[in-house]
Amino acid sequence: MLGLVALGGAIGTAVRALLAEAFPAHAGISWTILAINVFGAFCLGVLLEALAHRGPDVGRRRTFRLFVGTGVLGGFTTYSTLADDTAQLLDAGHWTAGGGYALLTVVLGLLAVGAGVLLAGAVRPKRAVRSKGAAR
Amino acid sequence: MNTLELVLVAVGGGVGAALRFLLDGLVKARVTGFPLGTLVINVSGSLVLGLLTGLGQAGTIPLQSVAVLGTGMMGGYTTFSTASVETVQLLRSGKPRLAVLNGLGMLVVSVGAAALGLWLGRNT
Repeated sequence: MLGLVALGGAIGTAVRALLAEAFPAHAGISWTILAINVFGAFCLGVLLEALAHRGPDVGRRRTFRLFVGTGVLGGFTTYSTLADDTAQLLDAGHWTAGGGYALLTVVLGLLAVGAGVLLAGAVRPKRAVRSKGAAR
Repeated sequence: MNTLELVLVAVGGGVGAALRFLLDGLVKARVTGFPLGTLVINVSGSLVLGLLTGLGQAGTIPLQSVAVLGTGMMGGYTTFSTASVETVQLLRSGKPRLAVLNGLGMLVVSVGAAALGLWLGRNT
């Protein structure tokens, strides 16, 4: 499992590094990192909710969650770059830009997870819905 | 970034992700009800990235090291997606105060840690 997480993390990190290099930051603000973080949060919201609808976190579902969720999406998104970029903006006296960038990222991340959860709920398998209804 | 640098950054990210998986597992086995593991990971990773960035800006370490250890390892170690999901989970389980602590508190402490790291790195 550790190897799978590491492999996924390497893939996610490589994609993030390539995107960040292709679309560099402007005036200390990296909209690329913001987009990566928000998109990654959306994908993790979809993934975890969809897996939860399909059954307990064991076997193939757990393997998939650890590879794609913990590994790829965990490595793709980054908190340290968000914090470091924000600290540099604040240090340079750009308080509005720094505070705005950081808060916007966090709020959009939460909204993205919410959207992902709703999407996964809308396309959940009928079998799971029926068994949940029968349990009531 | 050439191919070798990209591979090294990816390896760094893999190592970072594995460290996150191990540390989060250790914390989860001891602390329930609050996702402390991700908080510790993101704050410590922000401190280290700040330190590496500061050291790189001061010319103490080469920029390639900042890329591999910072963009790669610390980027793979810290995670925004899990932090966001865990905040939403706290909200959904009726813990709005803990959700604010996780969402806003993590941001403030991580930025403070990165600022401290930057200062240490630039003045070392």
